[in-house]
Amino acid sequence: MDLTLKIWRQASSKVKGQFVNYQVQNISAEASFLEMLDILNESLVAKGEEPVAFDHDCREGICGACSLYINGRPHGPDRGITTCQMHMRNFKHGETIIIEPWRAKPFPVIKDLMVDRSSFDEIIQAGGFVSVRTGGIPDANSIPIPRRNAELAMDAAACIGCGACVAACKNASAMLFVSAKVSQFALLPQGRIEAQERVQRMVAKMDELGFGNCTNTYACEAECPKEISVSNIARMNREFLSAKLISHKEF
Amino acid sequence: MTKLNPKIPNGQLDQKWTNYKAHQNLVNPSNKRRLDIIVVGTGLAGAAAAASFGELGFNVKVFGIHDSPRRAHSIAAQGGINAAKNYPNDGDSVFRLFYDTIKGGDYRAREANVFRLAEVSNSIIDQCVAQGVPFARDYGGLLDNRSFGGAQVSRTFYARGQTGQQLLLGAYSALSKEIGKKTVKMYTRRDLMDVVIVDGLARGIIVRNLITGEIERHSAHAVVLATGGYGNVFFLSTNAMSSNGSAIWKAYKKGAFFGNPCFTQIHPTCIPVHGEYQSKLTLMSESLRNDGRIWVPKKLEDAEKIRKGTLKAGNLKEEDRDYYLERRYPAFGNLVPRDVASRAAKERCDAGFGVGTTGLAVYLDFADSIKRLGKNVIESRYGNLFQMYEKIVDENPYENPMMIYPAVHYTMGGIWVDYELQTTIPGLFAAGEANFSDHGANRLGASALMQGLSDGYFVLPYTIQNYLANQIQIPTIKTDLPEFVQAEKETKDLIQKLLTINGKNTVDSYHRKLGLIMWDNVGMGRNKEGLTNAIKLIQELKVDFWKNVKVTGTNDQVNPELEKALRVADFIELGELMARDALSRQESCGGHFREEYQTPEGEALRDDKDFTFVSAWEYKGDNVEPEMHKEPLVFEFIEVKQRNYK
Amino acid sequence: MGKSLTYSSITKKIIMSLAGLFLISFLLVHLGINLLILFDNTYESFNTAAHFMATNPLIQTFQWVLFIGFIIHIIYGIIVQLQNWSARPVRYMKKGYSELSFFSKFMIHTGVVVFIFLIIHFANFFIVAKFGHVDEVTYKSGTYENLGAVVVETFKIGWYVAFYVVALLLLGFHLEHGIQSAFQSLGINHWRYTPVIKRIGTLLSILITLGFIAIPLVIYFS
Repeated sequence: MDLTLKIWRQASSKVKGQFVNYQVQNISAEASFLEMLDILNESLVAKGEEPVAFDHDCREGICGACSLYINGRPHGPDRGITTCQMHMRNFKHGETIIIEPWRAKPFPVIKDLMVDRSSFDEIIQAGGFVSVRTGGIPDANSIPIPRRNAELAMDAAACIGCGACVAACKNASAMLFVSAKVSQFALLPQGRIEAQERVQRMVAKMDELGFGNCTNTYACEAECPKEISVSNIARMNREFLSAKLISHKEF
Repeated sequence: MTKLNPKIPNGQLDQKWTNYKAHQNLVNPSNKRRLDIIVVGTGLAGAAAAASFGELGFNVKVFGIHDSPRRAHSIAAQGGINAAKNYPNDGDSVFRLFYDTIKGGDYRAREANVFRLAEVSNSIIDQCVAQGVPFARDYGGLLDNRSFGGAQVSRTFYARGQTGQQLLLGAYSALSKEIGKKTVKMYTRRDLMDVVIVDGLARGIIVRNLITGEIERHSAHAVVLATGGYGNVFFLSTNAMSSNGSAIWKAYKKGAFFGNPCFTQIHPTCIPVHGEYQSKLTLMSESLRNDGRIWVPKKLEDAEKIRKGTLKAGNLKEEDRDYYLERRYPAFGNLVPRDVASRAAKERCDAGFGVGTTGLAVYLDFADSIKRLGKNVIESRYGNLFQMYEKIVDENPYENPMMIYPAVHYTMGGIWVDYELQTTIPGLFAAGEANFSDHGANRLGASALMQGLSDGYFVLPYTIQNYLANQIQIPTIKTDLPEFVQAEKETKDLIQKLLTINGKNTVDSYHRKLGLIMWDNVGMGRNKEGLTNAIKLIQELKVDFWKNVKVTGTNDQVNPELEKALRVADFIELGELMARDALSRQESCGGHFREEYQTPEGEALRDDKDFTFVSAWEYKGDNVEPEMHKEPLVFEFIEVKQRNYK
Repeated sequence: MGKSLTYSSITKKIIMSLAGLFLISFLLVHLGINLLILFDNTYESFNTAAHFMATNPLIQTFQWVLFIGFIIHIIYGIIVQLQNWSARPVRYMKKGYSELSFFSKFMIHTGVVVFIFLIIHFANFFIVAKFGHVDEVTYKSGTYENLGAVVVETFKIGWYVAFYVVALLLLGFHLEHGIQSAFQSLGINHWRYTPVIKRIGTLLSILITLGFIAIPLVIYFS
């Protein structure tokens, strides 16, 4: 199939960007979206032009590196998958595809479609862990965990940190990302020990970084490639409220 | 030969690690603060090591190529992680895990290392659970186990089909905790360009900032490489796009020996190649072989019709199907180890029985299991995998048999290390898939995660101190030493050279060519003629690359083409070394199958008399033949046997 | 007040939710009283209730609480919105469409219109009742200001009725998202109860809207 691509080009974070139109021909329906961009890039390189920069790595939907806001949707038109897992059969011959980078103040554009998502790491560094050291740990089976809790924790832990929730949210809120980590630990006895402190620290960091507020629009859940539930956000709100009310210290 | 001292501690097998720890040198807390450690790579081994060093009190600098440490390719491991917990009470033990691992590796790994791996495996599970890794649990709330190829017990811990992700996120959280405490400094989006050696000791690294292009010097008292495997030498593999061999290759060129470069694991159950433009291969979990039956048509004409699309697989009569694994290996059937299953698939396809449009695929059929167990059971077991397959191939695997083909998955070879995980360069350590590792000539499923975390959490934090204890008098290494200046200059010259060739071929075109040479000659079946030819072709490709490659853009910005060019330049050289190693190893073992050395039934034929050793290659200069050293493998505690899966 | 501006995002949302749910109680009482006007030609019950509301000391005190509730809900609504806009300085060319709660996109817009309506409404009825001149009417139970007549008179003005109806429809939209959203912000999300809460929220917003709209429409067209 032949396609017109309308791609955001921006040389660096310091200069302004604009949309540039490209044509690609004879794209197989079996190709993945990123392979389609590879083809475009190889043709640009052959012509001596700068290829389009985009983040990608594992190409099997787990590393969370790929992004791309495609025709108004993070990770494109299909549900429950990342951009790298989307195949061109989701598009029609002759279609124009608009490809934009994630847009959010805490995700500044680095180049073209690449954005800086280190703010997510900063949130994790603020409290997204259990403070255990290596070694000196009791036997793994010494604390039984109800299967349902383990399953819910796993549902939340499936987050790949891609940032689609922020990209999809009309407020560029990171609540789904933060709540997924808060929930995972809140559901497990290992994480309960620091639960009050964790939720306060992580939320404070999230706010400080300039993410928007949650208005319960649920676009995040709809676009999350791992289909993480907004019930995690409610759980975080609960955790936060109780931490604020009874915690011995404010963070 | 004095250089190759594996430093195996004395004593009985199960006492070696205990003895080592009891007698090794340690660094006291006030001195730890004054010692710097560089860790390159943020996968399981790198993140675990860096976090543990930080907790101990060292100054740690971590470097990664991604925008976040959480993206390292350990994240993609699906199946699980082995440990000798014996929770299911099915007879497992540390010794049994050790034995299965060394046998699975076709007796080409070091006894003491493998035993230590099995010994610390239990601590890994404890550690991960304490970190909040949501392993699968049974209804009583205790940890669940599943079985995996090559073992008779259920010892694999798992978190759905995302075990690697959860373990990596556990290590990443530990690392993040230390970064937050500022004991560890994280440098993201950095590519290792060189290892700096001062007076024979590893003292630092040169990295390229992938955003600004700046070439940076970083110094330390010790350097750990945890940069993963080099499967991408084949262009198409299940590795991530940025997985590369450059860090270990630079270390090799600076004097670290390269162990068993030709040992490559080809995973049998991947989605077949579908087009020229394809960028990577997708693995389907090995667990599918538990319920799927592998077959190809019995008659050549049927295979032909299927390839042309005139015959549907489902319409082929039972007696016209060849369930070749069940036929050849009645005892293990579809559950033979990875190397055996891969080779059998290749054999059938080479003989013309392959299916799919390319003829490079075999069927993995669930029809019988669906009939026996019902669609619901199959769906609950493999639903996510079936869905993944359908998304990629656009075919419903509940109705039509899946098509699979082997693909490069893991490299057992890597930088040669001794018992302390130290390379032949003092102060330079290698961990995880980057070292030549404990897997011998073939790795068992669910063992890679175990080894990465073992190296990172429980081995390096001890062994590195044995080295650093002698470094406490050394103040912070200055980065204006001539060795740093020189290494930086060489890096800049290399980049300049690549950017000014301005030839006519893209970097990817060279990578694809290299991949084809490797796959055809240094892949699942190898022979003298092919390997000799491969070496010649690769050498020609190298000359062509340096004359005709086109690298667009400049160095002072994000430049993925330059990144790829630097990596492909190293892959080309690495490919040649792999071919050389494969040529010199005149036996078949594990993932290394030399067609000249097989039994009359077509099984791998080991030569224990002449090849029970690790080949460790020493760099001798550009376009000079490298020298091979041998580390003999001594089996004191187990009996070496022929693997038999019939 | 300085500190309250720096409250965390979740605290702000919790305060907004509590204020919002509280304001719904006001709407229900208000609606109940208003409906009386339709069932009594003499407006006796309506005027009696209005009189009670205007003179009961408890209600009078409560009026201020209510007022503060409005102010808090509005101020935080504006702060949250400003922060949300600033969190995405560069907009998308192609707008997203995957929001699952449609009206959540327009909370600020519906909120602002409702707020403007509130001011006009306040001027028309509340200020007139409090400070303006209203004829008195005497029933068996006593003499009250005939607010019912004022209401009916006002609802004979076509443009006012139209404005009233539009504003209340928007209020309905505001509520449709707001009610279920408040529960989510307060951390109440449960596989069994959340769908029920959502249904009740929708039902309630429809009932409130229809109830309020019915009054001017009935009066205007009768």
